[in-house]
Amino acid sequence: MALALDLLSWALILVGGAFGVIGGIGLLRLPDFFTRIHAGSVTDSMCAPCIIAGLMLQSGLTLVTVKLAFLILFLLLTSPTATHALAKAALHGGLVPGKEHSPAEEHRG
Amino acid sequence: MDTLVDILLLAFIAICAIAILRLRDLFAVTMMFGLFSFIAAGLFATMHALDVAFTEAAVGAGIATILILVTLGQTARREKSQAGRNVLLPLLVVWVTGAVLIYGTADLPVFGDPQAPAHLHVAPYYIENTREHIGIPNMVAAVLASYRAYDTLGEVVVVFAAVLGVIALLGLRRRPAGVEARPRDLEEHQVLKVVAKMIVPVILLFALYVQFHGEYSPGGGFQAGVIFAAAIILYALVFGLDTARQVIPPRILGWLPAVGVLIFGCTGVLTQLLGGNYLDYYVLAENPQTAQQLGILMIEIGVGVTVASVMLLIYFIFAERALGTRTDDGEAGR
Amino acid sequence: MSLFAHYNYHLAIILAMIGFYTMISRSNLVKKVIGLNVFQVSVFILFISIGVHEDGTVPILREGYEIYSNPLPHVLILTAIVVGIAVTAVALALVVRIREEYGTVEEDQVQAQDEEPGPT
Repeated sequence: MALALDLLSWALILVGGAFGVIGGIGLLRLPDFFTRIHAGSVTDSMCAPCIIAGLMLQSGLTLVTVKLAFLILFLLLTSPTATHALAKAALHGGLVPGKEHSPAEEHRG
Repeated sequence: MDTLVDILLLAFIAICAIAILRLRDLFAVTMMFGLFSFIAAGLFATMHALDVAFTEAAVGAGIATILILVTLGQTARREKSQAGRNVLLPLLVVWVTGAVLIYGTADLPVFGDPQAPAHLHVAPYYIENTREHIGIPNMVAAVLASYRAYDTLGEVVVVFAAVLGVIALLGLRRRPAGVEARPRDLEEHQVLKVVAKMIVPVILLFALYVQFHGEYSPGGGFQAGVIFAAAIILYALVFGLDTARQVIPPRILGWLPAVGVLIFGCTGVLTQLLGGNYLDYYVLAENPQTAQQLGILMIEIGVGVTVASVMLLIYFIFAERALGTRTDDGEAGR
Repeated sequence: MSLFAHYNYHLAIILAMIGFYTMISRSNLVKKVIGLNVFQVSVFILFISIGVHEDGTVPILREGYEIYSNPLPHVLILTAIVVGIAVTAVALALVVRIREEYGTVEEDQVQAQDEEPGPT
């Protein structure tokens, strides 16, 4: 049983790390701002909760597990909001999905 | 393994610093600075300094980033091109200073050496006697609030002096003539408003938890004050400055830094009136450990009140000033 | 290995020099303030590195742990972080006032306006 929990927590942490790398690659390689923040939000929604879930399994049934559970809840609540605020600000600033630069920047540069 | 993590984090932080140096878009520089502070907090955590990591994350990545952003909202967005400047002299100065300093650190003890003088003289006294003298697990809080409470008094007064400086420079309640706060379009920010309403009470509760649990885990007055201010700043950002000013009127907010310093100072006066020295907690109660914990509690409350009100007041002053101006999206200056 | 014996200190000094260079070679006042903060954080890293005990743990008393890292540098750096943010706040207030008076936050333009002859 302990071995199974250990293996599961290892798997979760490694999967979380893999999602972090995927998010990072997406942040660099995707063409448009809106797709890039989508890749960034993968890190917030999958990488951090998976790693924290792996840590929860490592610490068993203690107060630390409860605190980590609250942490996941808080992260899942605030990170998508941050991505939403970014997208909203970009739209407000004139950035159009599908184009690399906003019309104002193209006009200036 | 520890070494590898250390080297990686230090490499990341160096790359961040170089990016801060080279980028010309100041909003990007501010975000890199926030990242820099977070990596520094991670470094402190790997070096067993959790209180410091907590404070660095809250202050550096939270308050400092907010203050720089509010300043950028009133100044320019891009740095002027550095093309024509002579960089030989600054480079020479920096290289010489760096070389001398690195040569000087050759005499420092090896990183982590158990026989280093830092671990042999004063530190063992605090490590061995905290449980018996004060009875709280967090040794950093014990040293900060009891053994070296004078230094903390000085620190609180420095924070108070900072808010006096900002008030003297920018003024407390003056709004530039003819400027009204732009009323926020209430329909547009639904998601932000709902989420902010959900998490602001959680943040306030967490600030209280950090304040009072600072004796048993990393925390204390400073971190709690900064987190409290961050909650109200979030509220001000989402719902508008005028709404936030109704939550905590500046009339009351202007008094709070002084009240916090007075709480701290009067704890010392109280111990003097009870017969002991200034900030000698042993006269506060019968049981010496209870007396120490009572004294620590009182001064931490003073610290928390001062830091929270100072950070909040500084943000309000900067934001009021920014109401009448807009960021210059082009290069700095005329 | 003698090269890695002091790597923390060396890298902290390199970081400090990057912050120092930002402060003295860039003309934008806000960037100078940010460079000052970079310098401060690097000094904090140096101090905390001195207090690390390689077998030690976080200086919070717990059952089962005997060796702790030195708590004194942590207290010093806590104070230093708070003082640093106080300095940053006043410095940024000064930058805002300079912008209002001179219309610019680039140091050479401010100096040029100061030196040109005219009504004081």
